[in-house]
Amino acid sequence: MSVEARERRQPWILLSPALTAIGLLLFVPLFFIVVYSFWLRTATGADQAGFYLDNWNEALTDPFYRDILFSTLRIAAITTVACAVLGYPAAYFIARSKGNKALLLLLLMLPFWISYIIRTMSWINILGVSGAVNWVLLNLGITSEPIQMLYNEPTVILGLVHFLLPFMVLNVYVALEGVDVSLEDAACSLGSTRWQAFREVTLPLSLPGLAAGGLLCFVLSAGTYITPLVLGGPTDAMYANLVFEAIITQLNWPLGSALSLMLLGVLGALVLVYNHYLGMGQLMKGLG
Amino acid sequence: MDNTKRYERMRERYLNGDLDRRKFLGLIGAAGLAYGVHTPFARQALAATEQVRFDGWGGVVSEAFRKYAFDPYTKKTGIKVVDGTFGGGDEYLSRVKASQEGEYNIAHLSGVFDYARYANLGLNSTLNEANIPNLKFVIPKLTDVFRSVTDGTLSCVPYDYGTTGIAYNRKYISDEEAKEKGAKLLIDAAYKGKIGGWSDWRTRVWYASLQTDQDPNDATDMDAVWEAVRTNRDLLLKYWQSGAELMSLLAEEEIYVTEGWSGRIYALQEQGKDIGYIDPPNGFGWQECLFVIKGSPMEACEELLNFMLAPETSIAVAEGQNYPPALDPTKVNLGDKIPTLPAFDPTGKLDGLTFANPEYWNSHEQAWSKTFGRIQKGY
Repeated sequence: MSVEARERRQPWILLSPALTAIGLLLFVPLFFIVVYSFWLRTATGADQAGFYLDNWNEALTDPFYRDILFSTLRIAAITTVACAVLGYPAAYFIARSKGNKALLLLLLMLPFWISYIIRTMSWINILGVSGAVNWVLLNLGITSEPIQMLYNEPTVILGLVHFLLPFMVLNVYVALEGVDVSLEDAACSLGSTRWQAFREVTLPLSLPGLAAGGLLCFVLSAGTYITPLVLGGPTDAMYANLVFEAIITQLNWPLGSALSLMLLGVLGALVLVYNHYLGMGQLMKGLG
Repeated sequence: MDNTKRYERMRERYLNGDLDRRKFLGLIGAAGLAYGVHTPFARQALAATEQVRFDGWGGVVSEAFRKYAFDPYTKKTGIKVVDGTFGGGDEYLSRVKASQEGEYNIAHLSGVFDYARYANLGLNSTLNEANIPNLKFVIPKLTDVFRSVTDGTLSCVPYDYGTTGIAYNRKYISDEEAKEKGAKLLIDAAYKGKIGGWSDWRTRVWYASLQTDQDPNDATDMDAVWEAVRTNRDLLLKYWQSGAELMSLLAEEEIYVTEGWSGRIYALQEQGKDIGYIDPPNGFGWQECLFVIKGSPMEACEELLNFMLAPETSIAVAEGQNYPPALDPTKVNLGDKIPTLPAFDPTGKLDGLTFANPEYWNSHEQAWSKTFGRIQKGY
């Protein structure tokens, strides 16, 4: 075998364990979900194999699913913007800090050591009627009665931002680390202010990180179901809650499969749009 | 014919020249392959008869089962009990549906409704009642309702019963007000934002039937029922998902009134919380059972059920979870605590409780669970 042929084969040999794992653990189950989506659930809860378009018809034409999908995308977009606004300064601060960078990164990673559900539930002790915020407000005499802060859409977004912020900070931090600090100094020496230097040099160079973090935050928040369940009110369900309900509560695996594929399709389409405008190369750059 | 005999015959045919060498070796290879593929599964199947898997709600109930039933059972029979837990009946049914036959054996299920669902999916077994002598202590009314679902046979033994009544914080709602308003307390606009509700479609439809003065087992005006479900939704702080969440919402005074499970509310009262509890007329009565899933080692399961039904085990579990056991109080002395539990019936006839009619509820399950799912989300 020639050296060129061996070099051509080498990446595939190295990639083969990962590709096998992805094939077995992602594509094979996905194939089953696709097959399931064309089956029907009978009145007794058993599945009827075959090729029926009923679930797809329902998932695509019923305004109930469409409205909740749009609502989910809206919540995911707000969460992503909030993460970007809050995460960028934090990432900038860490990237530009001297000496205690490792400690700051450790603090950033610290929440991952605690279960996501526990972190979400911790807001009940903070914002609840008997929570810390109400306790302070009542004891300072600012309010005479506890304020109802939980179980609405803002608290769902708050919970999501709490969960996703570290993902945004890490992505932006990696991008900022790759930006040469002397470029800002060079811009200043040529007459720009610090703000102009940041806006026209650092910010554009760190955009791939921001975009990668944004994509990650958006996809993860669009697929969440724990946060609206714990922190949402009666009408704050997101799309993943519908999938859960179809599969677990109604035991309607075929409809649940169609709904989950629809979410996958919408998020996949958004990734494609992203790729069209920004390119996956930029994303990879952002991911370091 | 055993494998050795098969091999000897084949070898003889080979030596006689009836089989050529290539075919002989090919058949030996195929037999080896079949044995290799089969053996791990066969070993697992054999092991299954040496252990029984039990799935329940965890917590104090599991501890009581372990102490009073599983350990003595293992000591007597040598059969190990693998103890699993689940968060809810729907989730567990999905797991069972996705599993291989025999993977799950006994489950602590809620209600006749679940029993019928398992039976409809063909997941039921048939118990040999002669192997469960402690079944004689059980209240007959509780077993009869299961028999009616599975043509006179049993796939489970009843284990405990309770109610889903109305729980309220006495600081804000008096006993008199609760009694007077009954189920309509849950649609009282005066408590908007301070009402909780279980996100279970059956409970919602049941209580909406009561709120519209209809028979919960035969509502005729479903439009009125759904309207009551919507009214309740608009007044709710949130739909709770679990007993732990229910207790937290009530204890933290996030909500003043909700429907609740009798045992959980009793636990709150034991903790010193001033929570009242009433079962309105036609309140939701239910029972739990120990269900044996199809494909389980029946004799081993039946023996375990007998251990679990033994009065000392049943009483210990009942005291732990605050639900009266299925044991007939006219046949068994249930001690001091159980007679004080909510929903307890000293007569053993359970005439005061209204249970869900499985036929009625199952026939509407698909449509109503879907409708409630939509109303719950604001539609």
